[in-house]
Formats: sequence, C-alpha cells, structure tokens
Amino acid sequence: MELFGIPLSAVLSQLLLGLVNGSFYAILSLGLAVIFGLLNVINFAHGAMFMMGAMVTWMGFTYAELSYWNMLWLAPLLVGLFGVVIEKTMLQWLYKLDHLYGLLLTFGVTLMIEGVFRLIFGSSGLSYSVPEALQGATDLDFMVLPNYRAWVVVASLVVCFATWFVIEKTKLGAYLRAGTENPRLVEAFGINVPLMITLTYGFGVALAAFAGVLAAPIYQVAPLMGSNLIIVVFAVVVIGGMGSIMGSILTGLGLGVIEGFTKVFYPEASSTVVFIIMAVVLWLRPAGLFGKEK
Amino acid sequence: MNKTIVFTVLLVAGLLAPLVVYPVFMMKLLCFALFACAFNLLIGYTGLLSFGHAAFLGGAGYTAGYVLRDLGWSPEWGIVVGTLFGAVMAWLMGGLAIRRQGIYFTMITLALSQMLYFFFLQAPFTGGEDGLQGIPRGALFGLIDLRNDLTLYYLVWVIFMFGFWLIHRTIHSPFGQVLLAIKENEPRAISLGYDVNRYKLLVFVLSGALAGLAGATKVLVLGFETLSDVHWSMSGLVVLMTLVGGLGTVMGPILGAFFITVLENKMGEIGALLQTLTGVEWFANLGESVTIVTGLIFVICVLMFRRGIVGELLHRTSSKGIS
Repeated sequence: MELFGIPLSAVLSQLLLGLVNGSFYAILSLGLAVIFGLLNVINFAHGAMFMMGAMVTWMGFTYAELSYWNMLWLAPLLVGLFGVVIEKTMLQWLYKLDHLYGLLLTFGVTLMIEGVFRLIFGSSGLSYSVPEALQGATDLDFMVLPNYRAWVVVASLVVCFATWFVIEKTKLGAYLRAGTENPRLVEAFGINVPLMITLTYGFGVALAAFAGVLAAPIYQVAPLMGSNLIIVVFAVVVIGGMGSIMGSILTGLGLGVIEGFTKVFYPEASSTVVFIIMAVVLWLRPAGLFGKEK
Repeated sequence: MNKTIVFTVLLVAGLLAPLVVYPVFMMKLLCFALFACAFNLLIGYTGLLSFGHAAFLGGAGYTAGYVLRDLGWSPEWGIVVGTLFGAVMAWLMGGLAIRRQGIYFTMITLALSQMLYFFFLQAPFTGGEDGLQGIPRGALFGLIDLRNDLTLYYLVWVIFMFGFWLIHRTIHSPFGQVLLAIKENEPRAISLGYDVNRYKLLVFVLSGALAGLAGATKVLVLGFETLSDVHWSMSGLVVLMTLVGGLGTVMGPILGAFFITVLENKMGEIGALLQTLTGVEWFANLGESVTIVTGLIFVICVLMFRRGIVGELLHRTSSKGIS
C-alpha cells in the first residue's frame, strides 16, 4: 500500500517516531507548564534536566550495573532532588522580581550543568542499549512495531494522564491550582506554600528526567542532547499556551506527529516545521491554541 | 556637561586604543559593544527581553559575507545590506513576537531565531558547518584600502560611534520617553493613548538594524562567518554582556561586552596563571570550561549583582552621573 508514492509502512514508522518525539514534547511542556503555573518561572534548565535523566541512567548502568527498570524511578528521584536544591538555594530568591530573572538564572544553570557534563564525558554520544524485555519488534501485518518505541509512547501517556488526574481531580491538585491563582490566600488557610513550590519544581524537573530515561536507549546520550530540544519545547508551549494541562499534552503529541509526517514528505523542513506552525498560530490566534491572555 | 565628558573620553580612548591593543581584537570588542548597546535599547529602555538577537548579528554577517565574497560588492554595500537584513528580519520577528507579552515574547524570539539557525545550517550558500571563509575586505568606496588593520580600525570606530550616538539620541528623544513609559507601566501607556505595539515594533527594528550593523562590520573585520554567531548561545551571550555591564545604563553594555569578550578569549591564559599561582592542576582546564564560567557569572549576576558594574557604580555614588 502506498500514500502519495511513499510506502505506507514507511509513513507509519515515521508516524511512530513522531509520536515518540511528541511524547517527549508532551512530558517536557507539561513540566514547564506546572512549574510556570506556581513559580512564575520559565525553567530554561528543563532540557538540561532531561539530559541529566539520560546521563544518570547511563552512569547507573556503567558504574553500578543498575538496570533500566531501577533507573526509571531512581533517575527522576535524583534529578528531582537536584531540582529541589536549586530551588532552595537560588530560585526562591527571585519570585518577587520580574519573570525574566528566573529565565536568566535557569539559563546560567543550564550552561553550568552542560559545561560540567561536557568536561567530564566529552561531547560525543554514549550508547545505551534497549532493556532486554523490550528488545525486538512485533509484526502487526501492516507495519513492524519496535517494542521499545511503543513502550515509550505508552509510558509517557500514562505519566502525562496521571499528572493531569492528580492536578485536576484530587485534593492535592486543588491546593496546587489554588496556589497558582492566589498563593497568599492559600497560605492563610494554613497550607505550607513555600514547601509546595519547592516540591512542584522538584516534580516538574523529575518529569523531565523521566523523559530523559525513556530517551536514553533511543537517542545518543550526550551532554548537549537537551539543548536544542528545549527550544522546540518552548515553541510547543507558545503554540499551546501554558494555561491548560491537557492543552500541553495534546499540543506536544500533535506537533510530534506533524514533525514525523514532515520527515516523510518534506525532510528539509522537519527541523523547522514546529517553528513555522508557531508563527502561523501567533498570526491567527495570538493567545495560543488553549491559552487565555493573562 | 557629563554627557560631553563621556563622549570626549570615549572619543579619545577609541582614537588611542590601537596604540595599546592589537587592532583586530579591538575591532572585535567594538563590534560586540555595538551589539550589546543595540540589545540594551530593548531590555534596558523598553523592558523587552529578546533571546533571538543572534539572528540579526549572524544573519547580517552571512548576508554581508555573501554580498562581499560571492557577488564581489564593495565593503560599504556589504555593511548597508547587512544592516538592512537586520532591520527586515527584526520587522518580521518583532511583528510576531510583540503579539505576546512578557516571558512569551522571549520564548518566541528564541524560537524564531532557532528557525533561522536551521535555515543557515541547511542553505546552500552558507557553507554549512564550515561557514563562510575568506571574505575579502576590499576597498571602501573603491578608494580606501581596508586591508590595512589601522585603516579598518578607524572605519569600525566611526561606525561604532555612529551607532552609539544614534542610540543615545533615541533614548533622549520623545520617542525614547514613550519607550520608558512602556517599560515602567505598559497598561498605563496604552490608556494614555499610545499605540504601544507600534512603538515596540519600531524599537525592535532599530535594535535589529544596529545588531545587523555590528554583525556586518564584524564579518568585514574577521573575514569569516560561522554558525556560532546565529546560535542561541550568542543570544545568551549578549544578554550576559548587558547584564554584567548594567541593564539600562548607557556605558554598561560597552563595559560588559569588553569584559565578557576578553574573558572568553583569555580564559586559557587566566587558567594557566591561576595554576602557577595556586598550584591547583584543575585550573589548566579553565580554557575548555568557558561555558561553565559564563554560566556561573550569569547565576551570580542574577542572584546578587542585578544592577551590573555601571549600575552598581551609579547606585553607590548615587549621582545622576553618566546616565
């Protein structure tokens, strides 16, 4: 079977790759949105945290023979703790200032993290193999489905929807949403808002690290693997707007798929298509697809 | 009074500088200083943080380099074309970016400049990863041979002073006052009847054009243009220069640009010196850790040195001083 002269199986496998990328966009933009909601900080270091998740996974295996499944929870935990330290020592002093200082600080932090990793591990990629249980592929008749990629999409979707559920449907999430609207009032009700802020940053960063673990077997693990990614995620955030959790998830997935299709039909534009969509969206609907102008 | 003193000091220092400093390095410093001044026009006087200024510097560098080398035009046209590129690009990018406020504005400029980066990475005339090499300096107006470093230095000096003067005039004009009003309180400026978006776009175009002027001049000086000039790390660098020098001060960006450029170029030597002084082996690696050090300076500036060098000096002496 063919689609516009390109074999259907090729289109479908690119579509799957697009979904994999889209899952990463979704997790990362979700984390950015959660952090921005409560802290009013755009976390430039999100890409670096993604990279740290992958690097820690690689280090866990290389130095301590820790399996992929262990790192799946250990890496986000470690990187999350690192995020907590950053919030406690630096970010918390900036909340009263203009938003842009938060961005500049996390930009500086990004440069430092990436610089340190590059000094130790060099710039070239390190390889990390797919865990045994997920090796191989399943033949679905119309296409061959690599098991690991399917796992990445499913795992990210589960994590995204769990986050959505916690924030929108539980009491904890209600506090969080209330804190986003009016932190002083929430504090007056006896809730420890500074602690909530710290944990939120740690959680957002842990989400990025989780995506990093998932990415480790697919991409080359390298100190700069998150540095271009974060800019695409910024574009995703501009397109979707940061007001809605579900909006972030859907925009991330959708753009990944569109990028996948572009790779099939017009590969030259595959690295710029997200930015072009951003420009078009800004032109037609300045507030973003799901956003409301504050 | 003070204004005259500042201008005189700048003028004399600039004229005598090549006696002390290697002219090519001095020219590079001036180009970055102009770049940082153009950037400061936005962040310091209008309150807009652009994270995409590399697009104007590098983009103008590529267009000027192309015009100079492949079309064989004379240097003055290279500079004009580069500046125009900066202005047009800023008009396109600014037109989209001002549709959103605050932090979104910053993310949009960053994303759009990244798009341009990929364009320059793939476009056939830019030489991809190698960049444009061997761009000739030529003769200005077909008369003045620019291959002599000193001759070129004084041309660059005139360009820099022109840019600096233009920014100074802009800040102190009624237009500049409206910009300041937008920075301090945008809703109020709107309610006073100012078409805020038109002002923002205009200042964005001016800033982009001046950054383009800096980029085109830089390519004339160095004779090559590479992708690092259009990469977002360059956009970050100009933010750092302005932040270190002092946001919204006239002299700050110049000092900041000098400080950061010297630091970047001499990091290896500083490391070697520290190693001999302290005996710590690790300092020998300092030359390879430029990004770590720039990151650290960023963090320190944001956390405890937000006024920058000049801003801090002005605050300490608390006289109106240079501004």
